[in-house]
Amino acid sequence: MAYKKTAKKYSGKISQVTVGTGEKAITLGGKNVLPFYKFDGEAGNKPKVGIEIMDESPSEWSGEFAELYSEAGNDTAAWAKLVEEKYAPDFICLRFEGADPNGKNKSVEECVEVAKKVADSITVPLVVAGSKNNDKDAELFKNVAEALQGKNILLLAAKEENYKTVGAAGALAYGQKVAAESSVDINLAKQLNILMSQLGVKKEDIVMNVGCAAVGYGYEYVSSTMDRILLAALGQNDESLQMPIITAVSFDSWSVKESLATEADEPQWGNQMERGIHMEVSTAAACLVSGSDAVVVRHPKSLETMKKFVNSMM
Amino acid sequence: MGLTGIEIFKLTPRTNCKECGFPTCMAFSMKVASGAVEIEKCPHISDEAKAKLSEATAPPMKTITVGKGSSEKKIGGETVLFRHEKTLVNKPLIAVQFCDCISDERLEEKISNIKKVSYDRIGEHMQAEGAIVKYCGDKDKFLKVLGNVKDLELVNILYCSDAAVAKEGLELVKDTNPVLLGANSENINEMISLAKEYKATLGIEAGTIEELYSLAETAEKAGQKELIFNVGGKDIAKTFETAVETRRAALVGGDRTMGYPSIVFANTLSDGDDYLQTALASAFVLKYASIIVLDDMSYQTALPLFGLRQNIFTDPQKPMRVEPKIYEFANPKSDSPVLVTVDFALTYFVVSGEIERSKMPAWLMIPDSGGYSVLTSWAAGKFSGSVIRQMVKDSGIEEKLTVKRLVIPGKVAVLKGDIEEELPGWEIIVGPDEAMQIPKFLNELA
Repeated sequence: MAYKKTAKKYSGKISQVTVGTGEKAITLGGKNVLPFYKFDGEAGNKPKVGIEIMDESPSEWSGEFAELYSEAGNDTAAWAKLVEEKYAPDFICLRFEGADPNGKNKSVEECVEVAKKVADSITVPLVVAGSKNNDKDAELFKNVAEALQGKNILLLAAKEENYKTVGAAGALAYGQKVAAESSVDINLAKQLNILMSQLGVKKEDIVMNVGCAAVGYGYEYVSSTMDRILLAALGQNDESLQMPIITAVSFDSWSVKESLATEADEPQWGNQMERGIHMEVSTAAACLVSGSDAVVVRHPKSLETMKKFVNSMM
Repeated sequence: MGLTGIEIFKLTPRTNCKECGFPTCMAFSMKVASGAVEIEKCPHISDEAKAKLSEATAPPMKTITVGKGSSEKKIGGETVLFRHEKTLVNKPLIAVQFCDCISDERLEEKISNIKKVSYDRIGEHMQAEGAIVKYCGDKDKFLKVLGNVKDLELVNILYCSDAAVAKEGLELVKDTNPVLLGANSENINEMISLAKEYKATLGIEAGTIEELYSLAETAEKAGQKELIFNVGGKDIAKTFETAVETRRAALVGGDRTMGYPSIVFANTLSDGDDYLQTALASAFVLKYASIIVLDDMSYQTALPLFGLRQNIFTDPQKPMRVEPKIYEFANPKSDSPVLVTVDFALTYFVVSGEIERSKMPAWLMIPDSGGYSVLTSWAAGKFSGSVIRQMVKDSGIEEKLTVKRLVIPGKVAVLKGDIEEELPGWEIIVGPDEAMQIPKFLNELA
């Protein structure tokens, strides 16, 4: 007998969504095979890696991040420019941590100003993430979408509770892209995509954020959710699940014990920042192999590593 | 392909003797068909029937035992490509590579690093499981390193294409179920006889998957059925492709010649880039390595990798549970609040992560509540006033407290009255509905 290849052909295909404008615009999705299975068919666009910045100064993160970005001072726009020039991310994810009503509760106007300044100082696509407060985020996204009309940004994200405002304002009124956020559940992901479509948002304007978990912290649910989504999207040609996936890895990977514990807490574990980076690249690699078309990371080393990873896998 | 319950039933004596522990032969047959019970449980089954059945139910991918005694591990034996289809069974082993070019200091350092990274995580002990020694041309040094490394009592893996040197190496580690890597089209016959002589698992490698296949055929024909594919080379995409193709040819294509475990050298592929090594090793935990080779051992690599592996290889039908006990955060004192939640691992992770984030001192009490989410456990009566009282008493937490405050999950606020009755002297506080609100809640509570 001789070796017989068991290639798998699928009838479905992940849709393509373009974020940003001009030369630096990125297109997500487009594959008709499992992630990186270019030996089976069309592996689509290379997965994109973006870097996370905040509307507050980097010193809000641990000391080493503050040092890394010290040049930028307290200016978010300067911070954005710095990461674009120094680290060449595929996109920048600006997270409005400071908008949280339970935190600093910055006003929407203040946030819009920051978003405008950031968008004007970069050429790579902008992804805007909220404060995790549904009502505040709806308001925030609506106004940011309006102020940045024409920039083709991605709003991260619309949830079941606020998709009407975010979807209608973001995608329909102001022509931005919207990520539909569900929490590690294929049925919720599908339902939200259908609701967004019923609202009139076109498939080419929707990206999915199906949720994440750091490795070791229930990551199996993330992996199985993505496996099932891809198998349905490709194998059963389920159009309501064919949107590309963006995963905000950094939001989870930096908030677990392995990344948070100081060396004093866990003397055996060694350098805290190193641990954080390894947690981040491990989670990001797992997500990319599971099905993410874009990942958001926080540390420049993670960005560099994941770009290298993507380039060597495709 | 496997037989159906009815087909298996026809092979049983059909006497309903119950000796297998099932009420009827039919019930037993159904269980065998689903893979839950071994056919051997039936004391009356004929050898002929057994042979027929084992032929039909032989898994498409072979399970191979490597290592001996405390280091004994099983690899391979997977039946599905995706964990949600059933479950993945044998975790990929993590191995550290040595060679004869290594300096004495570096050798000692690596050995000490392997010993250092050893810890428990949710009921599983984490440490490197294998040690590889690669032969690069210095035989005496190779044997010396191997001699040192074998004292670690891990799975011994020799990587040596020179059969004469390999023989001396195998002599050093005989009776440990070692792995012998390095069989290729040039040396396959000598390597097969060595593997047979020393009962080693033979690792084969080739430039293409077709050649790999024909080497596997050669080995099988010669009676060497403990094989492992070295699917890697220097090219990352190609390694990934070979790992996927071999696994798929066995599980989907049903070709048992491809049904062997695989080994991936994340260290070679990442070429000295530690971060890339972690990224690649993580990718290959998912798809589809059985042994993953690293350059060295450190907590920063081990923590994510072992965590990911533990996650992916949990049985989706059995919820992952944490050990019921009192967990401590930020050196809690006698007046710190006691939070209580269920033993479902995911709940524990989210809640403990948020307490951690709050940086507030607190006790977290986890009773045995069946491994379900808060509402499910409550509905099943496994997270009730009496369960919580029992845990308070059994754990002896009261002796450590001067102020007795118990915070219950907001979703089971209804339990408050119950618990107040069960635990006189305690102040019962209803906590937030969502874990996310814990930091704010704890800050306000203090």
